Amino acid sequence: MVQLTLPKNSRITTGKTWPKPDGATNLKTFHIYRYDPDSGQNPRVDTYFVDLDTCGPMILDALIKIKNEIDPTLTFRRSCREGICGSCAMNIGGTKSKGHNTLACIYGIDEVKGDIAIYPLPHMPVVKDLIPDLTHFYAQHASIMPWLETKTNRPAKEWKQSIEDRRKLDGLYECVMCASCSTSCPSYWWNGDRYLGPAALLHAYRWIIDSRDEATGERLDDLEDPFKLYRCHTIMNCAKTCPKGLNPAKAIAEIKKMMLERTV
Amino acid sequence: MRYLTDRKRATGWGSSKTGTDHAWSMKVSSVALLILIPLFLITVAPYTGQPYEVVIDHFSRPFPAVIAALTIGVGFMHFKDGVRVLIEDYVHGPAEQWLIIAMTCLCYAAAAFGIIAVVRLAI
Repeated sequence: MVQLTLPKNSRITTGKTWPKPDGATNLKTFHIYRYDPDSGQNPRVDTYFVDLDTCGPMILDALIKIKNEIDPTLTFRRSCREGICGSCAMNIGGTKSKGHNTLACIYGIDEVKGDIAIYPLPHMPVVKDLIPDLTHFYAQHASIMPWLETKTNRPAKEWKQSIEDRRKLDGLYECVMCASCSTSCPSYWWNGDRYLGPAALLHAYRWIIDSRDEATGERLDDLEDPFKLYRCHTIMNCAKTCPKGLNPAKAIAEIKKMMLERTV
Repeated sequence: MRYLTDRKRATGWGSSKTGTDHAWSMKVSSVALLILIPLFLITVAPYTGQPYEVVIDHFSRPFPAVIAALTIGVGFMHFKDGVRVLIEDYVHGPAEQWLIIAMTCLCYAAAAFGIIAVVRLAI
């Protein structure tokens, strides 16, 4: 049965308020989720004050500044700091406004009015602080065979594709697998063990629609399942939250349309 | 604690190769209800509060009776399919199957009672 309340050991408590930096006049307050499974304590929300005059413009800049100058124990993933690697996906919002999943490196501090609240991606097991466990998410991605599958002998030079067919991959290949979409999807929250989620399905469609791929039928067969595919109820959170501006819901709708077209 | 690989957990029992029929049936019943519900309201609304004889006379004509019977029948089939999705979403384990059975029986019974009531009015 679906669980509507957090277990006792997952309930968030008020954490430490760190001192304000000396002499700073342009302060921004950050409320950040902290959890260390080794401590045996409940998660807490710590409060940090960042001097914006000496900080870069993005949320990730503030996080790095906090880690470097205030609290080195704060843990988060980051790498490219330009929206390509998808590592720094987290739930960012104001304390008075609802947060949404996005990449900290391409989300401006000035985009949030008032205090900023930062949590890990929702409904995923937390490894530490802002790091969710994405093991199952990646395994689901691997299960859709994210590679070109061919049966014809390999051509001497290359698999050819027309400009029109290549254009069909636009809006699909750009996905950086940050998991913002899947972890914003209520269907994925309730049935993430069986529902593939928007990210894996967007990638599945990217290979289904690829004119060079010869496993279209097998790919559709593998997806035809009430849970793997049909748990998508077109809630559209995925399209709303995608930091790359992609539309996984549309890709899922296209897969459903193909399923129907080969049946009816 | 089960020692399964991540891939095994993600793949599970594989695809059941079903779901498209259910999605199609939901779509067809949605379109049917889009037509039936306005017709049902148009044919029934003016007769609410009317004397029993007037209502009997109205439903003894084929068109209002067929529309009412179809609306009840298709409506409950659509409801059955929709609630099944709802149960699958939120309830897991043996309770899921029992609830689906109970909801299906309830929908068939409600549709049968509704249609029989219309037939009795019509003939």
